[in-house]
Amino acid sequence: MKLRPVTDLSGLPTYGYGPQSPIWWGTLGFMALEGMGFALAIGAYLYLYHLAPGWPLADRPPNHWPGTLMTAVLLLSAWPNKLVDRAGHEEDLPKVQRLLIVMSVIGLLTLVIRFWEFTQLYVRWDQNAYGSLLWLLLGLHYTHLITDVGDTLVLTALMFTKHARGKRFSDVSDNAFYWYFVIGAWLPMYVLIYWVPRW
Amino acid sequence: MTDVAIRASEKDLRDTDLAAEDLHDRLSRAWGAKSGLIGWLSDVDHKAVGRRYIFTAFVFLALAGSAAALMRLQLARPESQLIGPDLYNQLFTMHGTTMMFLFAVPVMQAFAVYLAPLMVGTRNIAFPRLTLFSYYVYVLGGLMIWVAFLMNIGPDVGWFAYTPLSGPQFSPGKRSDIWAQMITFTEVSSLAVAVSVIVTVFKQRAPGMTLDRIPLLVWAMLVTSFLIMFAMPAVMLASTMLILDRLVGTHFFNYAEGGDTLLWQHLFWFFGHPEVYIIFLPGTGFVSQIVGTFSRRPVFGYLPLVLALVATGFLSFGLWVHHMFATGLPQLGASFFTASSMLIAVPSGLQIFCWIATLWGSRPVLATPMLFVLGFLFIFVLGGMTGVMVASVPIDLQVHDTYFVVAHFHYVLIGGAVFPLLGAVYYWFPKITGRLMSERLGKWNFWTAFIGFNVAFFGMHILGLMGMPRRVYTYQPDLGWGPLNMVSTAGALLLAASFGLFFINALVSMRSGAPAGNNPWGAGTLEWATPSPPPVYNFARYPIVRHREPLWAEGDELPVAHGLMVSQRELLITTLTEARPDLREGTPDGSIWPFIAALAVAVAFICSIFWAIAAVWGSALVGLTLIGWFWPKSVTEDVT
Repeated sequence: MKLRPVTDLSGLPTYGYGPQSPIWWGTLGFMALEGMGFALAIGAYLYLYHLAPGWPLADRPPNHWPGTLMTAVLLLSAWPNKLVDRAGHEEDLPKVQRLLIVMSVIGLLTLVIRFWEFTQLYVRWDQNAYGSLLWLLLGLHYTHLITDVGDTLVLTALMFTKHARGKRFSDVSDNAFYWYFVIGAWLPMYVLIYWVPRW
Repeated sequence: MTDVAIRASEKDLRDTDLAAEDLHDRLSRAWGAKSGLIGWLSDVDHKAVGRRYIFTAFVFLALAGSAAALMRLQLARPESQLIGPDLYNQLFTMHGTTMMFLFAVPVMQAFAVYLAPLMVGTRNIAFPRLTLFSYYVYVLGGLMIWVAFLMNIGPDVGWFAYTPLSGPQFSPGKRSDIWAQMITFTEVSSLAVAVSVIVTVFKQRAPGMTLDRIPLLVWAMLVTSFLIMFAMPAVMLASTMLILDRLVGTHFFNYAEGGDTLLWQHLFWFFGHPEVYIIFLPGTGFVSQIVGTFSRRPVFGYLPLVLALVATGFLSFGLWVHHMFATGLPQLGASFFTASSMLIAVPSGLQIFCWIATLWGSRPVLATPMLFVLGFLFIFVLGGMTGVMVASVPIDLQVHDTYFVVAHFHYVLIGGAVFPLLGAVYYWFPKITGRLMSERLGKWNFWTAFIGFNVAFFGMHILGLMGMPRRVYTYQPDLGWGPLNMVSTAGALLLAASFGLFFINALVSMRSGAPAGNNPWGAGTLEWATPSPPPVYNFARYPIVRHREPLWAEGDELPVAHGLMVSQRELLITTLTEARPDLREGTPDGSIWPFIAALAVAVAFICSIFWAIAAVWGSALVGLTLIGWFWPKSVTEDVT
């Protein structure tokens, strides 16, 4: 078959941001499937809650303060996250480096707070189904926190090397995009774990 | 020009003014795999991964088919002593589990990995290392469960592993853990491939391939990938909860401690029913491509067919409870799920009518792929009709857990997916290998499969109505089930022989089949514009798409785009709806890290069956391999 050139693509850029980039779509895909996992876990909680004669199946509901602190830190982290996303778009390396360090510290702080949250649930995973659900929900979100914090730490290290150029700025933007998902996924969990048993 | 300048200009060389042979040499160097075992394990070419995926899936088909043949031999006569109850339990569990998780879904995704990039006119799949990683995770998960079976610790709780039977109280030992962890392996793999396929179809279509020019098979793969994305998390969550109940003492499914056994069924079937369509929709895609090519005309009703695929996808999430009619449901719930189960027959029926309309008045070429499509139409319509029957609660309660249901879902799954799949193998084999399969053996293959299948499974409807329950390893002579079971076993052996013919045909044709040429069937979609088998880079220049069947519309001259680099791997990224050229983006070279990461995942998953703490250190191990994978190996990766 003869090929007849009709278009020249040589002037196209070699990387892009947001929906231009396949990585952004891949990240969105993983958010969708992980979000489905969260939704189903929440559904399982509500299903057993609906069947139980009383709720919570424990002496008292979990201490909400660690969770409230986590919610506050996550919500506040949206601001530096937005800034790092913008700095990535602007390809401003010093700003990206500074803000990634900030995001790494915030990320590590959330891991510590989460550990505290586990100690304040007042129910063990093997005590009853209610305890199992709390540990599952918190653990599910914890794996996402660990994944994104790990990713942020590696990206921060990368942006201090010779690789800190070109599409790595797009990676910074995609990493910030995923953090929004980590924040967004936490909010219904927070209400479910700490406030639903108090109603 | 200085040496440095020459090297720089070589590096930035574009395909624009290169002659065909020079272009082929340069692109082959840039896109080719490294030599040796490491190079083979690192190869991220979607065609290499797709071929291995397809091959592996057929190996699992042979294993699961052998398990079925053994079961049929056991059931051929009443009170047969060939196989004991324990082995029989393992056999039907391994059969169902392997067919659903290790054959049917992976083989459809394997075809997507091989065909989708070619059909949308790109050079590789999106995220090729992730796709390679998925393949290894899939193989390792399959190996784990089959090695366990050979060591007599194969799962024995059915492919759906209902609690409480699969829970810690009634299934001590490791059998159910092996099953649950195999689910985790295969779902990780399926989900990752689904994301890769979606992004390939969204962002890597050839310029001009607008949404209404996407081939119907690619639409089917896209919808299937979305189904996987939203259905598979349910079974992954369920199997994680099950293994937590078994290994660390949680109580999700323990009624005594606030859990509920039916929660398992809800989560399992929320995945399990879309699973049927995950298997069936790619089959409809194969049928659409084959019907169009062999009736020599565009498929009738492109838009209704696409809408039917999307509608089926949505509706498939609203049916799961019809698997639970026998658990005692509120009447309103039962009525709703009866109605929704009947409703999904509408888009399926619409597709059938579109294919019939395409064939109507044409002179279809009755080559082997087309024969399998005609077989599909006959068998699937029968299975669909019994499906409408069991959607009704009173009938379902009568035939629940009987051989009527076994007959129904084999008509749907083998008719709806395996027949189109075999047709697809005959159809695309020449593209994949460069050689045609034997038509003579193909016709033998079809007729033995068609007759064998119906002889094996039709009688099961009657056996079910006579009251024969599923999952019994034997039965008494005075029940009167013997003659039909004997007929069924004879049919099953004929069906097994048909697969023998299929494998022989494939192996012999691979070596000595007639050379295929680029487009042996005179098809209209882009994969047939490449040589057979396609070169590592797929297309020397990116095709420009102006019609739904570009090869039929453009004749001998294909409009193409140029301007891409030839010294390194570069893909064209296009916009979501209109497929306008947007970026020239680099795509990863081969890497051994996906293999190493998959091994780490396997170590973590398998060890955690025996020591729960392995989930923690295993995750750290996986994390380290992922850092090794993602850390850039050269500065060129940063800018392209």
